[in-house]
Amino acid sequence: MRFRRPVLNTGPSTLVGPAGRVSTERRARDAGTARQISAGVILAALLALFFAVALSVGDFPIPVADVVPAIFGFGNPDSHFIVQTLRLPRALSAVFVGGAFGLSGAIFQGLARNPLASPDIMGITSGAAATAVFLIVILEAGGLVVSLGAFAGALATAAVIYAVAYRKGISSYRLVLVGIGIAAVLSSVTSYLLTRAEIWDTQRATVWLTGSLNGRGWEHVRPVGLAMLVLLPWVMALARPLRAMQLGDDAARGLGVAVESQRRYLILAAVGLAAVATASAGPVAFVAFVAPAIARRLTRSSLTLLPSALAGALLLLVSDLAARKSFAPVELPAGIVTGSMGAPYLLWLLARGNRLGRAG
Amino acid sequence: MAAIGLRKKRPKGLFRTSSLRALGLTASVAALCLVALASVAYGSKQIPFGTVVDSFVSFDPQLSDHVIVRSLRVPRNVVGLMVGAALGLAGAVMQGVARNPLADPGLLGVSAGASLFVVLGIFVFGIGTLLGYVWFAFAGALIASVVVFALGSLGREGATPVKLALAGAAVSAFLTSVTTAVLLIDVATLDQYRFWSVGSLAGRTPQVAAQVAPFLLVGSLMALASGRLLNALSLGDDVARSLGQKVGLARVYSAAAVVLLTGAATAAAGPIGFVGLTVPHIARVITGPDYRWVLPYSAVLAPILLLGSDVIGRVIARPGEVQVGIVTALVGSPFFVALVRRRKLAEI
Repeated sequence: MRFRRPVLNTGPSTLVGPAGRVSTERRARDAGTARQISAGVILAALLALFFAVALSVGDFPIPVADVVPAIFGFGNPDSHFIVQTLRLPRALSAVFVGGAFGLSGAIFQGLARNPLASPDIMGITSGAAATAVFLIVILEAGGLVVSLGAFAGALATAAVIYAVAYRKGISSYRLVLVGIGIAAVLSSVTSYLLTRAEIWDTQRATVWLTGSLNGRGWEHVRPVGLAMLVLLPWVMALARPLRAMQLGDDAARGLGVAVESQRRYLILAAVGLAAVATASAGPVAFVAFVAPAIARRLTRSSLTLLPSALAGALLLLVSDLAARKSFAPVELPAGIVTGSMGAPYLLWLLARGNRLGRAG
Repeated sequence: MAAIGLRKKRPKGLFRTSSLRALGLTASVAALCLVALASVAYGSKQIPFGTVVDSFVSFDPQLSDHVIVRSLRVPRNVVGLMVGAALGLAGAVMQGVARNPLADPGLLGVSAGASLFVVLGIFVFGIGTLLGYVWFAFAGALIASVVVFALGSLGREGATPVKLALAGAAVSAFLTSVTTAVLLIDVATLDQYRFWSVGSLAGRTPQVAAQVAPFLLVGSLMALASGRLLNALSLGDDVARSLGQKVGLARVYSAAAVVLLTGAATAAAGPIGFVGLTVPHIARVITGPDYRWVLPYSAVLAPILLLGSDVIGRVIARPGEVQVGIVTALVGSPFFVALVRRRKLAEI
């Protein structure tokens, strides 16, 4: 039996450093964490609320109280049918797609340390868009083929960008600039196809490019749901290295982060999320950019992964609801509304932050 | 200046001395002259070079080739020169003001505002001519950028780069979603708008050039004079202030130059995004981060790219043509990517 050294009761007076400063720092950190948690809880509660509303509102209104029984097949069989086959998959699509875009945007903005970065500006959605427009306009394809094509296009574009930007490792700055260059080529291909096509094909392609959740069924929910199920924990596990990288690559290395490999995993996750989301709803404008911006302001922290995902999900869910209801019976594509809902909210947050003197 | 010494060591660019840079600028101007000549000599109709020269020396209004050169190619060339220089300058100024390498001249909401007003012009007022688009585009650009600047500069510390960028991106997104909504409602508008929105120099008449020329002239002079000011701003607000720079005023001045340049360029040729975003980066690779050199280089390199692409777009698709907005990205991108890959980058 080994002899254990008795633990000395040192007491507060022997703490290293001035005790006052330690406790102030800790208090500030705790306040930050508390704010993160409360922002997350509020976003989640709002998401649940609007989810219930999305299931209840429509041509055949179902009272909010009957929604939960309807999901699980109790009560009115009509309600069960409508919720199960029409509204639930659509609402789930909105949540998963919006969450995936929000998370992907947060990762890219964190990696590039630039609030303007997003899968749109980095060329990933441009790749998906060019492929999809090619399939719609030239091959007259629709539905599943376009989705698969968009997914493949996004992944291929990301691979090309990564390969071109690779030079004894990846610098985020170079990655972004190469992404811009390749995005420009792809979007000019898209514009070329749009000017050469029959006007009706152009219109179909424009709807796809706007991003829409019309008529989304379970076959659209499964891939994006699965991707979120796998990639969300993956990303959460990478949150610590990403946070360290906010201090710059050298500082992160100094903190013991294997910058190159962690960055590769993060890029892989962000690309996967953007690709699968684009495949199921089209390149819904603006969500990936604005969700992290809103989350940053709500939590007052520079890097927010889970709140960004929640904000993205909420934005797309509410936008789709508005797109369905505002000009009923005409259903607008949700991508139109994300811009006109998210932008004023972000501007309001900016203006309010300015008045309180803490935006920047 | 101690403040500069403290900063991270910056890469200097290819040409490190003033005389080399001046030489490079002269060479670029010469190249621009050649490209401008090519843009008059080559087009979708093949005209012998002798005839092109004749149309200037002994103009004969009866000959269709002479008329093509004098009344189609020359105005097109002039508009291309002006628009190219304007976009290059505006891009460089914008990246300096926003201190963000991703800032393009459209970031102040200029392109989105111009697009929305053109769409409304087509949809509500039934405007169908290029000359009619010009004023709608310019008005839209102006209004959108004033809104962005006002929103971005609310609060005590005024228009900080991050706030400007976010406000610009948010307003652009809002305007774009309204534009898309109109386009999806009305197919006829979409049909007209899709050709304007790619950006083209086709059919630009001397009137179009004359309408936008004053704005471009004033904007260019303002931008070219702003090198010192942007150098100060790029050191950060605090350092700029300690160097005696009035930061808020400097931002208003630079933003005004950007709006004049981009608004007029967009009005004349439609929204061309790629030039303003990438040409300043190319200039920076050559000259390093000094804006007193980046600005003139951008002003010369951008029209080379734009006019060169325009010639290529007309030659490859005879008897039709591919719009310059499309060709610019296809031609410029590989070059841009290669530069970005090869050089150690001069970050902003």
